[in-house]
Amino acid sequence: MQPLVQSLGIAAPEIVLALGAMALLMIGTFRGDRSLPLLSWLAVGIYAVAGLFMIDDMPRAFAFDGLYVADLFSDYLKVVVYGAAAVCTVIAIPYLRRAHSDKFEYPVLLMLGALGMGMMVSANDLLSLYVGLELQSLAAYVLAAFHRSETKSSEAGLKYFVLGALASGILLYGISLIYGFVGSTNFVALGAQLEGQASIGVVFGLVFIFSGLAFKISAVPFHMWTPDVYEGAPTPVAAFFASAPKVAAMGLLVRVAIEGFGGLADEWRQIIAFAAVASMILGAVGAIGQTSIKRLLAYSSINNIGFALIGLAAGTEAGIAGVLFYMGIYAAMTIGSFLVVLALRDPDGTPVDDMARLAGLSKTRPGLAAALAVFMFSLAGIPPMLGFWPKFSVFNAAIASEMYVLAVIGVVTSVVGAYYYLRVVKLAYFDEPVGTLAPGDSRVNGVVLTAAAVFCSPLGMLAIAPLVAWATAAARIIVSG
Amino acid sequence: MIGITHYLTVAAILFVIGVLGIFLNRKNVIIILMSIELILLAVNINFVAFSAYLGDLVGQVFAMFVLTVAAGEAAIGLAILVIYFRNRGTIAVDDINMMKG
Repeated sequence: MQPLVQSLGIAAPEIVLALGAMALLMIGTFRGDRSLPLLSWLAVGIYAVAGLFMIDDMPRAFAFDGLYVADLFSDYLKVVVYGAAAVCTVIAIPYLRRAHSDKFEYPVLLMLGALGMGMMVSANDLLSLYVGLELQSLAAYVLAAFHRSETKSSEAGLKYFVLGALASGILLYGISLIYGFVGSTNFVALGAQLEGQASIGVVFGLVFIFSGLAFKISAVPFHMWTPDVYEGAPTPVAAFFASAPKVAAMGLLVRVAIEGFGGLADEWRQIIAFAAVASMILGAVGAIGQTSIKRLLAYSSINNIGFALIGLAAGTEAGIAGVLFYMGIYAAMTIGSFLVVLALRDPDGTPVDDMARLAGLSKTRPGLAAALAVFMFSLAGIPPMLGFWPKFSVFNAAIASEMYVLAVIGVVTSVVGAYYYLRVVKLAYFDEPVGTLAPGDSRVNGVVLTAAAVFCSPLGMLAIAPLVAWATAAARIIVSG
Repeated sequence: MIGITHYLTVAAILFVIGVLGIFLNRKNVIIILMSIELILLAVNINFVAFSAYLGDLVGQVFAMFVLTVAAGEAAIGLAILVIYFRNRGTIAVDDINMMKG
């Protein structure tokens, strides 16, 4: 048995978030809903403290007898996840206030979700994987229905809950089969025992586990919840769903695939390659003809997950580094795009979600239109925007592993995808304005939006070298054990 | 003699009934919640059967965790269902169609 104190020290970031969430809940209970801004900024502080606890010189440390692992890989993902959660906490304050759902539970639920995601990326056992995933999902169901007096929001919550619970059930069934046929739930033990030819029970378990995880990253064919949930959920919640949980679930999928089932790479590579191709195609085609901006961004997220999966299908160190690099930059691009949606409001404060209302944005809100153009060009992967480089790195990894078909389909679908991204830019810059939009009223959102736009613009290339170095170091830990 | 295969067969049948219950049912969301519970119980039978067969305690510990999480999941599902009913006045599956998809 490992001493408890040592384990608690290794798992310090999650302990901080767990205690922090409980403390915020207590403050909120005593001070009521007017404490929402206070709790939100306190939450940002708690994320920062949790981030500080990740600084150590150990490349890899196991805790709780192998249930939990803290390494460079989990640190990289946790920085992205906590950062995204902190941003989604503060940008929501003006939106929630206007919608009269400024309840103090919002930062608490986000923090519990982030705690679940921290557990997911640090899971080293199917048991901690399941508990982390459920903590994240349960917080997410409530967040989707957070605007509880609105039909669309509660419908989004209900749909997300039913399909999410089904996905958890499928995942669990797979876990039970793996446990029964291999005799262990620890990733290290699984990796040591699963080599070469797998029995039929193990293959079934593998397929069930990957299906459950594919739901969480909304890869095709488990994507059908995404557009509905993004459209119905409050916009800041949709921004959160599109960023942090995707990053965490992708990290979890990479760790399970490489560490747990590394010996069965030939089996799971087919699943991942299929999901990548199907997600890229459906994400690109499905977005054409959407009239809701949030639904468009949902299809864009499906499309982007397909690209990131190419790196996992390659399975090499360069491929995994590409996935990590991709998810980090994807989180910034998608949060930025949702911030633009957050800034679109009628003069009476009603949120605007109709694509047609973007027409002439460059004349009425030039700054906002410029930011939107940066995000759209970046999501389309047009150089020299930052979004080009992660696509380049995953395609490169696929070609190095001789997966030419995947790389070619990726390039073709990214051209198809460019059509709808550029249509948004065309609407904003070349069409005549229709109606009026309310001016921006939140300095914090403006600052975050500007920072995200600068990061995704060519200036962001300054960040590429350190990010790639970090992602490569993290990938090396995973691939070489 | 009842062996591991019998348990696995029962669990597999329950799992399939649960999944079909979610997809075939067009009447009531409560039935979907019941189907989800059925799926989780099928998984628990699997875990406990494997645990006894392997002589290893991890499966039973896992079953305890699944039971706990299932309780939380049911509570949240019912809570969301209640606010949905307040807004729409119905919980028929066919009526959950505000958004296409």
